[in-house]
Amino acid sequence: MDIHEYQAKELLAGFGVPVPRGSVAYSPDQAVYTATELGGWHWAVKAQVHSGARGKAGGIKLCKTYHEVDAAARELLGKRLVTIQTGPEGKPVQRVYVEVAEPFERELYLGIVLDRKAERVRVIASAEGGMEIEELAHSAPEKIMQVVVEPAVGLQAFQARQIAFGLGLSIKQVSRAVTAIMGAYRAFRDLDATMVEINPLVVTKDDRVLALDAKMSFDDNAMFRQRAVADMRDPSQEDPREVQAAEHNLNYVGLDGDIGCIINGAGLAMATMDTIKYAGGAPANFLDVGGGASPERVANSFRLVLSDKNVKAILVNIFAGINRCDWVAQGVVQACNDIDITVPLIVRLAGTNEEEGRRIIRESGLPIISADSLTEAAQKAVDAARAHAAS
Amino acid sequence: MSILINEKTKIIVQGFTGDKGTFHAKEMIEYGTNVVGGVTPGKGGSTHLGKPVFNTVADAVAATGAEASITFVAPAFCADAIMEAADAGIQLVCSITDGIPAQDMMRVKRYFMRYPKERRTLMVGPNCAGIISPGKAMLGIMPGHIYKQGNIGIVSRSGTLGYEAAAQMKQLGIGVSTSVGIGGDPINGSSFLDHLMKFQEDPDTHAVVMIGEIGGPQEAEASAWVKENMKKPVIGYVAGLTAPKGRRMGHAGAIISAAGDSAAEKSEIMRSFGLTVAPSAGELGSTVASVLAKL
Repeated sequence: MDIHEYQAKELLAGFGVPVPRGSVAYSPDQAVYTATELGGWHWAVKAQVHSGARGKAGGIKLCKTYHEVDAAARELLGKRLVTIQTGPEGKPVQRVYVEVAEPFERELYLGIVLDRKAERVRVIASAEGGMEIEELAHSAPEKIMQVVVEPAVGLQAFQARQIAFGLGLSIKQVSRAVTAIMGAYRAFRDLDATMVEINPLVVTKDDRVLALDAKMSFDDNAMFRQRAVADMRDPSQEDPREVQAAEHNLNYVGLDGDIGCIINGAGLAMATMDTIKYAGGAPANFLDVGGGASPERVANSFRLVLSDKNVKAILVNIFAGINRCDWVAQGVVQACNDIDITVPLIVRLAGTNEEEGRRIIRESGLPIISADSLTEAAQKAVDAARAHAAS
Repeated sequence: MSILINEKTKIIVQGFTGDKGTFHAKEMIEYGTNVVGGVTPGKGGSTHLGKPVFNTVADAVAATGAEASITFVAPAFCADAIMEAADAGIQLVCSITDGIPAQDMMRVKRYFMRYPKERRTLMVGPNCAGIISPGKAMLGIMPGHIYKQGNIGIVSRSGTLGYEAAAQMKQLGIGVSTSVGIGGDPINGSSFLDHLMKFQEDPDTHAVVMIGEIGGPQEAEASAWVKENMKKPVIGYVAGLTAPKGRRMGHAGAIISAAGDSAAEKSEIMRSFGLTVAPSAGELGSTVASVLAKL
């Protein structure tokens, strides 16, 4: 789960990471009022969307007057911001963050990630902030400092000091950087984050160390014990179909193709999509209907897949372990009777009670195309989608 | 022979008396698995499915000599259950539970390290379908009837894709020595490599099928080891060629976020290390057959 910059800064500040003063605004009036409250001479008005690279996309405006703050908020709010990370459709800007713009001397990079190879938390820092860490890792890997955290004791102050000295900071700046690094680590650990990125972490003229930008992602599996974080979810930043799917406890990811997929198991779902491509077609979505595929879940899956207007055929592929094919078949038949399905439907059932499931489909009298194997199912789906598109 | 479990392995079920624990324990017992009891805190002293129930894993081990456990425990409490099993001396813990926080798994793996290597617990999962040695024992939730007893090892991240492979092989008359599901989470108890090393030592395993998916470095690590050390053919497959970058595909660990995470890259890595890669998931069985024909 991702959150906005202003939320990440709020959380990090709670763990002692220094951040510039700022406040969120939902309207141009609020933005101007916030600027007057904050005081100072320069403000940054920043579009709040779940994406990096906002600056290059025109999502961050530096303002010198209240009039400019007003104009910036008017320009950003209600628009969709398209960055290199959002895709061409962009993401809606419903809030802006108004922040006191502080002059700074240096830009650093600080990141904390869950390292899957080491199976530990890794702290990454670089003296060259402001640019993408992936770029830096490619162009100048020797400039990146890394510390792997021992999970039994957590990040130690000496490790943070090593990083701070390695960044070439003065002694006054080092102790402040240590506070920021330790705070960011504690936020990561205590809030079940999977990523904290402070890029840039800046050093001001008067030796303060501030998080100028902040990004945090969290472990969905840990949200049961992070209610304050879970409340920060902003569905406007997610694909509406995925939000709808989550409400029904289904795993759905929308894609560009025209063959809708309803499958049990994440691995089989991916493999079925690949087999469709191998057969010359293109999948419209990933959908894992899950272990207990009740008729209601099957019906919800059909509705979700059909909400994508590109879909020219639907492929149901179930390998029943805990599931039973006869239940799934009943669900499919019921869904066909309840929902107006105007595209060809291909069903492949295997595993527990497959004979019974196939019999139910056969005897339903519905125009369902049956398949016995994965390859056959994918081929029939591709052929049916082509024929439907041509008709 | 087989790896990890056989008909003699003494097994306890953690979360024995819950709905899922009950349902799957029954299936495991019917399959012929040597289930010697279960653990549900507070229900110690009672009997469930004709087997004794204990309050703690330590009690269960003392009374039954249990060697392996399977956890049907809710995600919030599962790390605790796994560490309890490790502390009681259980050698193999299989965790079916989907949804354990990644930081909990990090602590679990650190906790295992407090024991010397010879008594250290091996964990399979979480978020997996479990382990089956066909005809001998089942420590998991798979449909037992789709597996034929035989000489091919299967190690897979995905449960259902492992089923697909076993069923395709059975249709061609090819059987399985042991099938292991390592699970779809970003941090899992054991990796492809851990099980490939075991299959290498098992005289009754003649070849291994390794089924990966997008995300994480484990397929590459295992493939490099295969090239240097494996004396048996390995057939590979990686799901997720059509998965977009940066999107989580159902499994918590199935996300392309770094170089080498994609299915195309992993398949290429497998090929470069001498594995035979199945061209599609529909050809897992036939690819195994063609490799066996050359032996």
